[in-house]
Amino acid sequence: MSEATATKHHDAHAHQSFWSKYIFSLDHKTIGKQFLTLGLLMLFVGGGLALLIRWQLAYPEQPLPLIGASKQFAETGEPDSTSSWDKTWAEWLSKDEKDQNWLAKNVPTGVITPAFYNSVFTMHATIMIFFVVMPILVGCFGNFLIPLMIGTRDMAFPLLNMLSFWVAVIAGIVMIAGFFVPGGHAAAGWTAYTPLSSDPQWTGVDWGQNLWCMSLLILGISSLMGSINYITTIINMRAPGMTLFRMPLVIWSLFIVAILLLLALPVLTAALALLLFDRMAGTSFFTPTGGGEPLLWQHLFWFFGHPEVYILILPGMGIASEMLPVFSRKPIFGYKAMVWAMIAIAFLGWIVWGHHMFQSGMSPALGATFMVSTMLIAVPSAIKTFNWLGTLWGGNIRFTTPMLHTLAFVSMFVIGGLSGIYMASTPVDIFIHDTYFIVAHIHYVVFGGSVFAIFGAIVFWFPKMFGRMMNEKLNKIHFWLTFLAFNGTFFPMHILGVGGHMRRIYNPMQYEFLKDFQGMNEFISISAFALGFTQLLFLFNVIYSLVRGKKAEDNPWNANTLEWTAIYPIPHGNFATLPTVYRGPYEYSAPEVEEDWLPQTKKLATATTHGNGHH
Amino acid sequence: MLDWLPPNVSTYGGEIDKFFYVIYYITAVVFFLVAGAMVLFLVKYRYKEGRRATYTHGNTTLEIVWTTATVAAMLILALVSKPLWGRIKQQTPMTQNMMTVQVTAKQFNWEIRYPGPDGEIDTPADSAAGTLDDYQVDNDMHVPVNTVVRVMLKSKDVIHSFFIPQARIKQDAVPGHTISAWFEITVPGKYEIPCAELCGFGHSGMLGQLYADTPEQFEAWKNEKWPPAPAMPADSSNVEAPQQ
Repeated sequence: MSEATATKHHDAHAHQSFWSKYIFSLDHKTIGKQFLTLGLLMLFVGGGLALLIRWQLAYPEQPLPLIGASKQFAETGEPDSTSSWDKTWAEWLSKDEKDQNWLAKNVPTGVITPAFYNSVFTMHATIMIFFVVMPILVGCFGNFLIPLMIGTRDMAFPLLNMLSFWVAVIAGIVMIAGFFVPGGHAAAGWTAYTPLSSDPQWTGVDWGQNLWCMSLLILGISSLMGSINYITTIINMRAPGMTLFRMPLVIWSLFIVAILLLLALPVLTAALALLLFDRMAGTSFFTPTGGGEPLLWQHLFWFFGHPEVYILILPGMGIASEMLPVFSRKPIFGYKAMVWAMIAIAFLGWIVWGHHMFQSGMSPALGATFMVSTMLIAVPSAIKTFNWLGTLWGGNIRFTTPMLHTLAFVSMFVIGGLSGIYMASTPVDIFIHDTYFIVAHIHYVVFGGSVFAIFGAIVFWFPKMFGRMMNEKLNKIHFWLTFLAFNGTFFPMHILGVGGHMRRIYNPMQYEFLKDFQGMNEFISISAFALGFTQLLFLFNVIYSLVRGKKAEDNPWNANTLEWTAIYPIPHGNFATLPTVYRGPYEYSAPEVEEDWLPQTKKLATATTHGNGHH
Repeated sequence: MLDWLPPNVSTYGGEIDKFFYVIYYITAVVFFLVAGAMVLFLVKYRYKEGRRATYTHGNTTLEIVWTTATVAAMLILALVSKPLWGRIKQQTPMTQNMMTVQVTAKQFNWEIRYPGPDGEIDTPADSAAGTLDDYQVDNDMHVPVNTVVRVMLKSKDVIHSFFIPQARIKQDAVPGHTISAWFEITVPGKYEIPCAELCGFGHSGMLGQLYADTPEQFEAWKNEKWPPAPAMPADSSNVEAPQQ
């Protein structure tokens, strides 16, 4: 898009209706905020489901608080006069169509049924991965940051961008609808292993699983539209002087993620289509009795699924790489090593999928091969960690909330990375595969990693998004409570895994060898409830700061990158004149200037310009 | 933390645990070094008014050192893990003391099938009726200690996973496949066989019992439960078909 047409475009949108400004907006910033809203809403759905899981594991087969009826009612059907919920229940249950009653079917007398429990953990993972972390990290920050940070007016294809969001909303509605169809929602785990997922007779789930497939198919279309947009924009529309190696690392991470999405999603789409055919058209791609192969699903799913794991963590790494230089007031350590490490992750991510399948019946000879590639993918992660430490070294470190979240990201990612080595070692994996050790691992990477990055990023870019600062005191309280409760929740899960505690079981007390873990499960659940309710504080702070927050300066953190040169409220079209870039993004404490920051756009009187990697 | 491991009762379980411990110590040291460096930097380089951060873009020597060191460490770990993996999963040891059991997983039970007197699973005994002489029971698995038990894993419906925590064995059972796994118990006792792969609403509680018997106990159980051996294997055509 030339500057002239972009300006015209901008003028054309000077007076927009409510609908074109807030709902079907073509502005990447608004679309980014829409993705943020979607992600935060779904965060509370996914989080609520997590708390249901934790209730059941801490207090197996006991009635849920509030919706659980009293013991008297459970046994006799007579309402207990002290419990108003009993009366509500009695009314619900006395209906003729009590079989149709959603609560009575899934949580009769307040107790989660095993079938519903399977739906709950399936949907917890599905929602958190596809409707929280991806929409926020890729949808929100990809949209909001890419044009602003590379210095352009909008995405390459604004209409496609708008469609990308609304298609994601449709996918979300289809996914939520699955809870309310007869047979309940998908209950075969987020990995939907066949033939459990491919034939309704094994789970009793009919349309739930179909809608699950359809929703992810639709969401795939949304992600494809987004990724094409990101790739095109980053390749073609960088501001003058913004060479690839002057791009902020978060833009590099989103660029790589977009390429991964473009290549990985068609595999998931194909797998989901085959699964739908098996379920609805009588084919048997995954059913051995019809000549199919159950392991084919696992190969397809994890061929998508492992790059997907890096899709979830790479933007977090990018975000951490933005904040560490800003708050250490020094250049990122090893910029090019950081870029190449991400590229290496993106390549190696394609040849490690078999490590999910060591115990699956796949040839053990392949297991040895996948062990080597999996061990090797630890290398770029280690390079990134060492460079983050190098960035802290010699800095002048400010402990703002975004920095605290970033430091949590780095340290939790280290734990998540190190625990991955246990699974990579095939003999050890025999024991810990499918135990809580892997649950601990994934949560240290995706919650300790991605979600802390999300919190940090929201606080960091809030002033640029909404023109106000978030309340710092509430932010600090939220950070510390989250950090403590997170570790209280997920660290003991390593120990459960060492004890052999299987994942996805409804009631651990059915097993003699797990009897000693009841107390630990209760501790984990209490931490999880604390973790969950702490997030209400964050939600409150977001809403409170939107209305009452202190008005933000244009560059509250004294940061170098281009988005801070855009003046709030940033108009559709972003910059009055497109910026020119003279140097890399992390020139903090450079000797040429008196202040400890040197924006990418600042032209110095002397002719010296700094790229990256020059000492 | 590894004190929480269920006590090992199998031959290769101890070796798996050894790897577990080695990785545990390596990762613990790495974690404390990284976390220690981080805390040190955070304290030493905390914000001070007027101080200027060191202006540096990195150090190529350091990059090469830590990249090479990590590659070497990871490759060594992979290489030393490989032989044990091969011994557990790629080959079944050939010894005199050996028995084969077929385990067929189904929602939500383990179907345990013994070869019976003819030593073969699913082949008719040498009887006129051609009846199987196998012995089959749900969820109760008896094996003698110090014997290599070869498990032929099958599934009738969905994927299950055969798991004996104390024996450190886990292997998925996949419909359409017969997967061979093995273990050898060294300590007599009763152990649980949970299913480790989500297999439906009854996944939790899909549970078998493994009775690791002394040779005498095992013989006694066998004599009680297994169908009688044909009297004269050489000429068994007129022996009555054993009842299952």
